[in-house]
Amino acid sequence: MKFTQLTQEDVKHMLGTIGADSVETLLEPVPKDLRRTEPLEIPSPLSEIELVRQVKALAEQNVSVERQVCFAGGGAYDHFIPAVVDALASDPAFVTAYTPYQAEASQGALQALYEYQTLMCELTGMDVSNASMYELASTVAEAALMARSVTGKGRIVVSRLIHPDCLQVLRTYLKNQPIEIAVAGLSAGQTDLDDLKRLITGDTAAVIVQSPNYLGSVEHLDKIADIAHGHEALFVVATDPISCGLLKRPGEFGADIVAAEGQPLGIPLSLGGPYLGILTCRQDLMRKIPGRLVGQTKDRLGRRGYCLTLQTREQHIRRERATSNICTNQGVLAIRAAIYLATVGKNGLRKVASQCLDKAHYAASRIASLDGYQLRFDAPFFKEFVVRSSKPLDRVFAACREAGFLVGPDLGGFSPDLADCFLVAVTEKRSKDEIDRLVEALEAA
Amino acid sequence: MSHKPVNELDPAMAGDEKSLPQTEPLLFELSQPGNSAINLPDLDVPPVDPRRVLPAELVADEAPDLPELGELTVVRHYTRLAGKIFSVDGNFYPLGSCTMKYNPKVSEKLAALDGLAHVHPHQHERDIQGLLKMLYDLRTWLQEISGLAEVSLQPAAGAHGELTSLMAISAYHADRGEDRTRVLVPDTAHGTNPATCSLCSRFVITVDSRPDGRVDLDDLRKKVDNNTAAMMITNPSTVGLFEGQIREIAEILHEAGAMLYMDGANMNAIAGITRPGDFGVDIMHFNTHKTFATPHGCGGPGAGPIAAAAHLAPYLPVPQVVRRDDGTYGWDFDRPKSVGKVRSFYGQVGILVRAYCYIASLGHEGLRDMAETAVLSANYLAARIKGKYRLPFEGPYAHEFIMVPDFRDQGVTELDIAKRLLDFGIHPPTMSWPVPHCLMIEPTETESLYTLDRFADVLIKIADEAANSPDVLHYAPHKMPVARLDEVSAARRPEVCWRPGQATAVEQGQQKSPSEKEAAER
Repeated sequence: MKFTQLTQEDVKHMLGTIGADSVETLLEPVPKDLRRTEPLEIPSPLSEIELVRQVKALAEQNVSVERQVCFAGGGAYDHFIPAVVDALASDPAFVTAYTPYQAEASQGALQALYEYQTLMCELTGMDVSNASMYELASTVAEAALMARSVTGKGRIVVSRLIHPDCLQVLRTYLKNQPIEIAVAGLSAGQTDLDDLKRLITGDTAAVIVQSPNYLGSVEHLDKIADIAHGHEALFVVATDPISCGLLKRPGEFGADIVAAEGQPLGIPLSLGGPYLGILTCRQDLMRKIPGRLVGQTKDRLGRRGYCLTLQTREQHIRRERATSNICTNQGVLAIRAAIYLATVGKNGLRKVASQCLDKAHYAASRIASLDGYQLRFDAPFFKEFVVRSSKPLDRVFAACREAGFLVGPDLGGFSPDLADCFLVAVTEKRSKDEIDRLVEALEAA
Repeated sequence: MSHKPVNELDPAMAGDEKSLPQTEPLLFELSQPGNSAINLPDLDVPPVDPRRVLPAELVADEAPDLPELGELTVVRHYTRLAGKIFSVDGNFYPLGSCTMKYNPKVSEKLAALDGLAHVHPHQHERDIQGLLKMLYDLRTWLQEISGLAEVSLQPAAGAHGELTSLMAISAYHADRGEDRTRVLVPDTAHGTNPATCSLCSRFVITVDSRPDGRVDLDDLRKKVDNNTAAMMITNPSTVGLFEGQIREIAEILHEAGAMLYMDGANMNAIAGITRPGDFGVDIMHFNTHKTFATPHGCGGPGAGPIAAAAHLAPYLPVPQVVRRDDGTYGWDFDRPKSVGKVRSFYGQVGILVRAYCYIASLGHEGLRDMAETAVLSANYLAARIKGKYRLPFEGPYAHEFIMVPDFRDQGVTELDIAKRLLDFGIHPPTMSWPVPHCLMIEPTETESLYTLDRFADVLIKIADEAANSPDVLHYAPHKMPVARLDEVSAARRPEVCWRPGQATAVEQGQQKSPSEKEAAER
């Protein structure tokens, strides 16, 4: 199958206009001995029928959340995606346009992204949102670089309970920067505030915590904000956007920068990506935020319109002095998240969040009542919690799989102390019947 | 001569705009308290009191103030917004350096299959063998297309691939006990190249180009030294020319112990024709949304796989998708020299799946046909408009070319030409970069001769307008939902978040803008 559409006649005509004998003549700038005469070792072309058959066969080999009831968490969640979200976000105009550089021909995309920015500000309780980043981990790293740039300080204090990918990516990003990372440990499923106090210094650019954290527990953002601001460090909060339907928003605790994983907002699980990095900040940090920003303006006739703005922060203007090297955003996924929030609305989000809380607590109490299982921590949680098992986890996971359930991840890789523990996440999508059957499967393991 | 712009000649439209706006209201303005378009089942478990199970001081009294809309209102809103966007599906989009080619419908349809789109990242390896095989095959194909030893699929975008590549190069030098701090970048480089250097704490040294658009080797020799970590080069270059001296450039760098990084933005011109690994490149990135037709999505998501020669391969990020001895596929995290993780989970899998579909469709023949047709189409357009516009560089061109509209005597700029193209339903080429006042045209291989000819005809007509009726251009576009936007005051007084009670631009009309004090009160 190919997607070119020039006929042999067309090619002849075009070569005639150019004044070239053959297409090969046009390749002459490539030195002859570098031009391949052998085909690449890539399979022969497939027709559409063959391609569909091949890819469907490969897709069949993967167990999706449609085939297995998903109680897995650890940074990606099986929330309900209304049909209207899929339908609208798949509009070819949103899918096949590029960055809206030409504002007059991109008003629809610009307005959708401006609305996205406003929704994210409202959701996180902040003043400014960019038009999106890649996903949570690189967004947290960009937040750390932003804090460094704002404060000029050289230390980042980060909770051990941010998603482990965030910590790893943070280390990767900061390896070549004059910034030191200090990791505050955990105490009973929450960030150890005494450790945090020990590690924070006058040279700390930011304190980074996640709430709900990797183990599902809700952190005391009020107390952590005081510790951070007491040392004139920026307070950076990573969060789950669904939790903002029920919990006070990070902005209400004085967060300076908020990073969030947008996947729960209508974005398919897709084996971990592409997802959506949400980044919001306080008004006075606006000129330090990386990535695209859409602003409202007027056209020549005084009509409301939108355009990309503050581009002097960005790489294509500022080059080596840019706030980041980021070029693309996650455009169509940002629009998807906005469509999701427009669909659920204020009360819908509260309902989604409340059902997560209710169902997670029902599941937790049922599991905790089983012989051989207990909740590992007493800390307050939202939709995800840590279960300790006295049975070998291999056996537990196999029994769940056999019964049609996915749980986890197990936490041995996160911390040897938690080698007998795993995560269970419960979204609004789960029914009482599914929870009861999971409990039976765990009991029988 | 004074032409009033067309949209100011339509008093009916200007008048209605104040009372009955043509512009689509914002979501927030459409909100009707009490509405919601989500329909959840009734709660079937015992409810808990949030203030009992959570610290009461952390619980919100109500949800954030999101708009409240019925489903049809949401549908109309986004359908109307979608109607106000130029896209590849709707418009010719010759945006140079961005490769706005057709995105096959079959790839979209397949990527949405349950077994690809709805798989949890913590799913056991045993239960994702199909996806892992696709990723492994894609990795192998990209190795073959690049002629390099090993590909990593982890980076999330082209700029992210650049960053990861430069991290790998830094790690390579560090491993040899060297801290090389300088990176050479040609003056025509993408802005991401120098920005990436800063993120890696490397200093940018600019290398001059010759008047013919190629790298000035004498300048390169002068600037390379044993403190040079790498050179970042785009080939074919951003001015649309294949750099025929590429092997000499690689040799000069390698003699000094420096690496050659290639920005793969322009792979669409050479895939299947020549391979970066064969002309001395040590590491490079691909943009799947350029070369392999994954959609651009109003700016993303993309994917930026990187390919490295054997000596840099150990430094690629984790995890790596591998085929094990028993024929199964899995993730390898055990790479002690790796730069580490650059992104959550396993990369932009949903995008990589589309790139897989594209390469599998085209096969080896199709890839070469893709590149050759892209080159043919660009050279054809250049031949058609030659004489009406200045072509600062000599062809043959690769998949794109630079042209300069020389109408400054009439006061016509490249911006005027770009905005006038919109009236003909054509997305403008890239503007004013990498040569001042230029337009960079990249037709891609997927356009018909009819579309190419129409574009050339329109450009020729606009050149005539520029000479004879320049005001038509100054006030362009005339047929868009809005006229030219005031980007200067947007940047001076940024309004990047709507607030309840905020006066709309329409209501403000031509009145004075709100004072800083009012802005602060909001």
